[in-house]
Amino acid sequence: MSGARWLNLRRGFYRFRRSWLSMVGLVIVAALVLVALVGPALVPHPEHVAGGINTTARFLTPSASAWFGTNELGQDVFSLTIAGSRVSLLAGISVVVLAAGFGTLVGAVAGYYGGWLDEALMRFTDLMLTLPSLILAMAVAAAMGPGLGNTVFAIALSWWPGFARLVRGEVMAKKADTFVIAARALGAGTPRILGRHILPNIASPIIIKMSLDMGFAILTVASLGFVGIGVKPPTPEWGSLLSTARGYLPDYWWTAIFPGSAIFLAVFGFNLLGDGLRDVLDPRARR
Amino acid sequence: MALLEIDNLHLAMRSFDGEAQVLNGISLSVDKGQVWGLVGETGCGKSVTGLSVARLLASPPARYFGGAIRFDGQDLMQADEAAMRRLRGRRIGMIFQDPTTNLNPVFRIGEQMVDVALHAGATDPAILGLPQGAPRRARLAAARQLAIRMLDRVGIPKAVDRVDDYPHQFSGGMRQRVLIAMALIGKPDLLIADEPTTALDVSVQAQILQLLYDLVGEEGLAVLLITHNLGVVAQICSHVAVMYAGNIVESGDVRSVFKQPGHPYTRALLAAVPTVQSVRGALQDLPGAVPDLIHPPPGCRFAPRCALATPACAQALPAPVPVGPLHSVSCLAVGAAA
Amino acid sequence: MSLEIIGLSKHYGRDVVALNDVSLQLRQGECFGLIGESGSGKTTLTRCILGLEPPTSGRILFDGVDITRLGAAAMRRMRARIQIVFQDPYASLNPRMSAHDIIAEPMIIHRATLGLEHRARTDRVVELLGLVGLGPQHLSRFPHEFSGGQRQRIGIARALAVNPELLILDEPTSALDVSVQAQVLNLLHSIQQRLGLTYLFITHDLGVVRMVADRVALIHHGRIVEQGDTAQVFAGPTTEYGRMLLAAMPEPDPDLSPYRRG
Ligand SMILES: Nc1ncnc2c1ncn2[C@@H]1O[C@H](COP(=O)(O)OP(=O)(O)OP(=O)(O)O)[C@@H](O)[C@H]1O
Ligand SMILES: Nc1ncnc2c1ncn2[C@@H]1O[C@H](COP(=O)(O)OP(=O)(O)OP(=O)(O)O)[C@@H](O)[C@H]1O
Ligand SMILES: [Mg+2]
Ligand SMILES: [Mg+2]
Repeated sequence: MSGARWLNLRRGFYRFRRSWLSMVGLVIVAALVLVALVGPALVPHPEHVAGGINTTARFLTPSASAWFGTNELGQDVFSLTIAGSRVSLLAGISVVVLAAGFGTLVGAVAGYYGGWLDEALMRFTDLMLTLPSLILAMAVAAAMGPGLGNTVFAIALSWWPGFARLVRGEVMAKKADTFVIAARALGAGTPRILGRHILPNIASPIIIKMSLDMGFAILTVASLGFVGIGVKPPTPEWGSLLSTARGYLPDYWWTAIFPGSAIFLAVFGFNLLGDGLRDVLDPRARR
Repeated sequence: MALLEIDNLHLAMRSFDGEAQVLNGISLSVDKGQVWGLVGETGCGKSVTGLSVARLLASPPARYFGGAIRFDGQDLMQADEAAMRRLRGRRIGMIFQDPTTNLNPVFRIGEQMVDVALHAGATDPAILGLPQGAPRRARLAAARQLAIRMLDRVGIPKAVDRVDDYPHQFSGGMRQRVLIAMALIGKPDLLIADEPTTALDVSVQAQILQLLYDLVGEEGLAVLLITHNLGVVAQICSHVAVMYAGNIVESGDVRSVFKQPGHPYTRALLAAVPTVQSVRGALQDLPGAVPDLIHPPPGCRFAPRCALATPACAQALPAPVPVGPLHSVSCLAVGAAA
Repeated sequence: MSLEIIGLSKHYGRDVVALNDVSLQLRQGECFGLIGESGSGKTTLTRCILGLEPPTSGRILFDGVDITRLGAAAMRRMRARIQIVFQDPYASLNPRMSAHDIIAEPMIIHRATLGLEHRARTDRVVELLGLVGLGPQHLSRFPHEFSGGQRQRIGIARALAVNPELLILDEPTSALDVSVQAQVLNLLHSIQQRLGLTYLFITHDLGVVRMVADRVALIHHGRIVEQGDTAQVFAGPTTEYGRMLLAAMPEPDPDLSPYRRG
């Protein structure tokens, strides 16, 4: 990395640090990622994660031996919640990456070429936007069966239009910038102008939106799990954990509160981080 | 006593890289009827000087560490925000350089001017020509009349018809006139105009300069005109202060500064302007670059770029040396000769 | 090199006439000044010459070839012969590219005609940096690390990278301080002397154009209202508009001010 880039990064971090909420977001997200990476290997009851049950220890209240208590199958809620972080985070990231990739492609083509192509692509985008994501996901699940891959695909399918609209607007604005006109005056072709000049300069808003969307993507994966068309047990996933726990409320509150808090923490953390990134990458948007 | 006195003002600005010594002890005194030009290269501290007089710099990042600003005898460094609000828009009018603080595109010209007029009327009812405690209706009507009068005053044709237009319906020059009109609503004693003509065509610029000239003549207004255009200064200003890296290096009446520039920086600046005599390709330029204000050079900040510099220049900041009745220069070389 | 513009008009939509029957002729090796106020059509004219905007009517002959009728491939080759330096040095450089990449880019685009390989390109970039008064230590820096004057030098180096014959300068110094403007004007003059370029110098600064241009044209509302040798036009403008414009020019001399009291 060149000295200039390094200094820029440090400068950015300086702006980031000035807001303690961004720092909280960063800490939460870093902790989540760490837990997702190493957590499943360290949990006290890996056999429960794999689907094993223990009917003699059903509905134990949280204690020193089972921090988050146990559920209706006698499984350790702490182990399940920790293991669930990997599935939820991975699903959230996949949704956002797929949606951002496809949305950027559609938006960049529409914004750069304009005219009838723009018109056609954007009408299609609007159409996708009007379909409620949950219904679309249910349809996909019905057609292709439940499972993590299909859930991610279904959500990404309803998620990309947001990116397409964002990227289209950014590309249209950048297209008129002097340095892009300068590249055209030099005789640069479309792939070079889009790839070298426009896209690197609109990466910031895309990254910001990806971070802000991460929390909601995790939430949507969880909702699909909750309504029972997402990830199937025994794979531990926060939404489906919450869904089964719902039947035992309010008496056995701990089976719901811990996966629920994990979802809350993830949404909260990614949103704060996204806001912080906005300050760093796009100082103009700050007030 | 002068209307505005800036006395040895020191200002630092915090940023990631450190604290920049942005104003390094500047002194300036502006009287009624005078038009002071404040010139210098970009980043030398012209705008922060103007903003300091109106106390509009947020702190942090700004930190004042010495000096005083007196307006009509009142020490503005000690004034609280309420006192400053009474002065701004009333006795001190401002035109900003930052284009985003200019006219709001979603409100009509008249609405924006009425707001200013009501604010000015709140501290001095005489501005609206109404007694204290007049009903809101009467104040609104009076403010609108005042807005129309001011638009007329700055030369907007058919002001009555244009007062309800939106900013985008005005040309650049007309918008600049509206900003001047807004700054003048409170009948200020001092107008701070930061680059009021920089974005305008020469023909429109000439109209704005004529307007300023008339206002000074008729109302005894004092003006602090911030610009980097030496042509504009030569035309309209009675006095000029030349800034370099947070210092005023030379100041005085405009004719003697332009005709007998004493400071090597002033000379270099004037020589860089193309004139009838300039020879193509042999325009005198100034080697080097403006110093980093976080680690400014010791002593005279211009010394590293100065052809006349001696080791003594790095010892201490040279004090202003009078070279004429109104004209002073902060340079050791000049001091030695005098 | 010869550039001849004949009866060029450009309309935007139905109402906006940006250029109205413009005819100009540039001679090999001269500096031709085009003066006009905001919105008079200066930038539109440069875009037509660069083939970025199709004119509504009229012809642009470059060495006798009408460039408004060139196909895409021929136009790309033509772009190496006509280059431009933009007004705003802060906006005309891609903030995500290093000085090296910015200056090398035209050589990559035109590698078919220039035939420069990677190593040779870097050598040429260093040579160009030297030509505009910068050094190899600036190669890997990014635009925000340069001052306005240095950025404009990079813009000039980029324009020179493909050995153009005609250089369009669209207000190259209006965003710069006078001291920096002096450096850039001197640099442009020495480059022209050295490389034998033809300049189309666009500006609204009358003082600058009076010094740099051999001949000038005044453009007003998309029409050329006056044209001739610089000294002649400045000594005695023949049109009402020309007289008004020259009278508004602020000379840096207090004795020449129309606003002096007593
Ligand atoms: N809000 C701020 N935070 C930190 N530094 C600032 C801030 N505003 C101004 N500065 C610094 O203060 C110095 C003086 O700035 P100022 O805006 O007064 O320059 P200027 O003379 O008005 O220049 P210009 O001709 O470009 O308007 C500069 O070095 C600038 O970087
Ligand atoms: N893409 C466009 N669509 C519609 N109108 C345009 C377009 N580009 C320019 N115009 C109009 O054409 C006229 C000439 O514009 P142009 O940009 O050539 O002026 P200019 O002389 O370069 O002005 P400036 O000094 O402000 O750069 C203006 O009235 C402008 O509003
Ligand atoms: Mg300023
Ligand atoms: Mg233009």
